[in-house]
Amino acid sequence: MQVTRVQIGRVLSLISGDVQADRAVPPTGYTVRLTVFAAGAMAFLAVFALALSLATGRLADRWAAELARTSTLRISAPADQMDAQTAAALRLLLTTPGVAEARALSLEERRDLLEPWFGPDLPVESLPIPQLIEIVEGGDGYDPAGLRARLLAEVPGAVLDDHTRWREPLVAAASRLRLLGWVSIVLIVAAVAAMISLAAQAALAANAQVIRVLRLVGARDAYIARAFVRRFTLRALTGAAVGTGAGMAAILLLPGTDVAGGFLTGLGFQGLDWLLPLVIPLLAAVVAFVATRAAALRSLREQS
Amino acid sequence: MAGRVTVIELRNVAYSYGGAELFSGLSLDLSPGSFHFLTGPSGAGKTTLLKLCYGELTATSGEVTLFGQESRSMSRDGVALARQRIGVVHQDCQFLDHLPLAENVALPLVVAGRRDSGQQDLADLLAWVGLSGQAGQLPPQLSGGERQRAALARAVIMSPDVVLADEPTGNVDWEMSQKLLTLLVELNRMGKAVLIATHDLNLIRAAKAQVQARVLRLRGGKLQSAGVDL
Repeated sequence: MQVTRVQIGRVLSLISGDVQADRAVPPTGYTVRLTVFAAGAMAFLAVFALALSLATGRLADRWAAELARTSTLRISAPADQMDAQTAAALRLLLTTPGVAEARALSLEERRDLLEPWFGPDLPVESLPIPQLIEIVEGGDGYDPAGLRARLLAEVPGAVLDDHTRWREPLVAAASRLRLLGWVSIVLIVAAVAAMISLAAQAALAANAQVIRVLRLVGARDAYIARAFVRRFTLRALTGAAVGTGAGMAAILLLPGTDVAGGFLTGLGFQGLDWLLPLVIPLLAAVVAFVATRAAALRSLREQS
Repeated sequence: MAGRVTVIELRNVAYSYGGAELFSGLSLDLSPGSFHFLTGPSGAGKTTLLKLCYGELTATSGEVTLFGQESRSMSRDGVALARQRIGVVHQDCQFLDHLPLAENVALPLVVAGRRDSGQQDLADLLAWVGLSGQAGQLPPQLSGGERQRAALARAVIMSPDVVLADEPTGNVDWEMSQKLLTLLVELNRMGKAVLIATHDLNLIRAAKAQVQARVLRLRGGKLQSAGVDL
C-alpha cells in the first residue's frame, strides 16, 4: 500500500515535472500513437472485464443466496401411508432448529410443477406422485446431515433435497466467471506493461544519439530516464482515460436489467460501482511509470 | 607541484579493442593549471585516450582516476557527476539537432539544475564565440566552424575543472582558432587543466607562446614527450 502511494506520488510529480528538461528528448510520433492507442484499447477492454467481474460476482451471490434459503422434502410412500408420513415430516421439520417454515405443496401446485413436461389437465390425483414439502430456512439454516438422520428414522419415505446439487455448480460457474474477469484485468495490465516497455525501448534505441549527448554533459541515468518516463506515463494516462470513457459509454448503452432480466443484460455497473472504472487510467499511468522506468534504466545500463 | 590534487590521472593504462591492443603502459597526469597537447598519427588512439579520461570507455588494464577516485570503483551516477566537472569538445561536436543552439550550449546547466543562474554566462559565451546571432538556429543549420565554436562554448559553460578537446579547431579559420585558443588559455590561467588532441602544429606553437604547454605524442601504442622542436 505504501509502495503504491509512493508510486502514485511519483506519477503526480512527473506530471508536473521539468518540462524544459524534457525538451532534450525529441517527440517521436510513432511511439506516441502506439502508446496512446494501446493504452486506450486496453482500458476499453479492462472496463468490460471489470463489468464482467462485478456482474458475475453479483450473480453468484444472488444464486447462492436464493437457492440456499430453500430446500425440498420429497415423500414417496404407499397411498395409505402418504398422509401419515407427510404429517410426521411436517411435525419433525417444524421442531428442527433453522427451519423457519415447512409447507406441503397442494395438488394444484404439484400439477403446475409437472405442467411444463406433461401439459395441462394432468390427472395428478390418479398418479403415484410423491408429496413435496417446501422448506424455508431461517437464521443460520438447519443441519442437513442431522435432519436426514432424523427423517430416516421417523419418515422412511422422505428424501431431502437441500439444492446443493444445483447450487454448487451454478455458484462455482459464476465464481469462475468472476475470477476470469479479474484474470483478464491482470492480463490486460501485464499486456499494457509489456507493450509500453517495448515502445519505451524502441524510443530509447531511436534516441541513442540524444542519450550520448546527455551523458557527455553529465546527465545521470535517472535524469535521462525521467524524460522518457514522463512522456510515456502521460501518454498512457491520456489513452486510458479515453478508452475508459468509451468503455463506460458502451456499458451505459447496453440494455437495462429490467428489460429481460437475463445475465447478459445485467452486465454493467450499479451504484458506486460506476466509480471503479475511473481507477483504470490511474492504474495505466502507474503501470506505464513502472514499466518505462524499468525499461529505461535497463536499456541505459546496456547502452553504456 | 606537491599538494596539488590531480584532476585526471592515468596509470599504466592499456586499451584493447576487438582483441587488438591500441596502447599500453600509458601514464598521464592532468593537474590543475596544466596544459597538454596530444598529437599523433590518425588511428593512434588519441580520441580513445580522451574517452578514457572522461569515463566513456573503461581501460582494459591500469588505473584511471577521476578527481581522486578510480573510475572502475565509481558508480554510474559518480561518473555522471564527474563529467559535469569535465568539459568535452568532440570531434563531431555532438548536438541535439532538435534544439536551438542556445539550448544546446546551455544543456550542461540544465542537466546540473543550474539553468537560471547560468543565463548571463550563456549570453556572454555566445557573444565570445561569435554566435549570438545564431542562438536560435538548429545545429544542422550551422557551418562546421560554428558547430565547433558552439561545442567549445558548451564545454566551458559550467566552468569545468578540466577541458578535453578533440581537434577543436579543425573546421575554423586561423582567426577563430586563435580566439578559441585564447579562451582555453584564459581558462587555463584560472587554474583549469586543458588537454587538446590536435594535428594543428600552428595551434600548438601559438599556445606555447602564451602558456607553458606540454606536448605528448601517441605513437605505436606508447605516449612520449614530443620535446620542443615541433
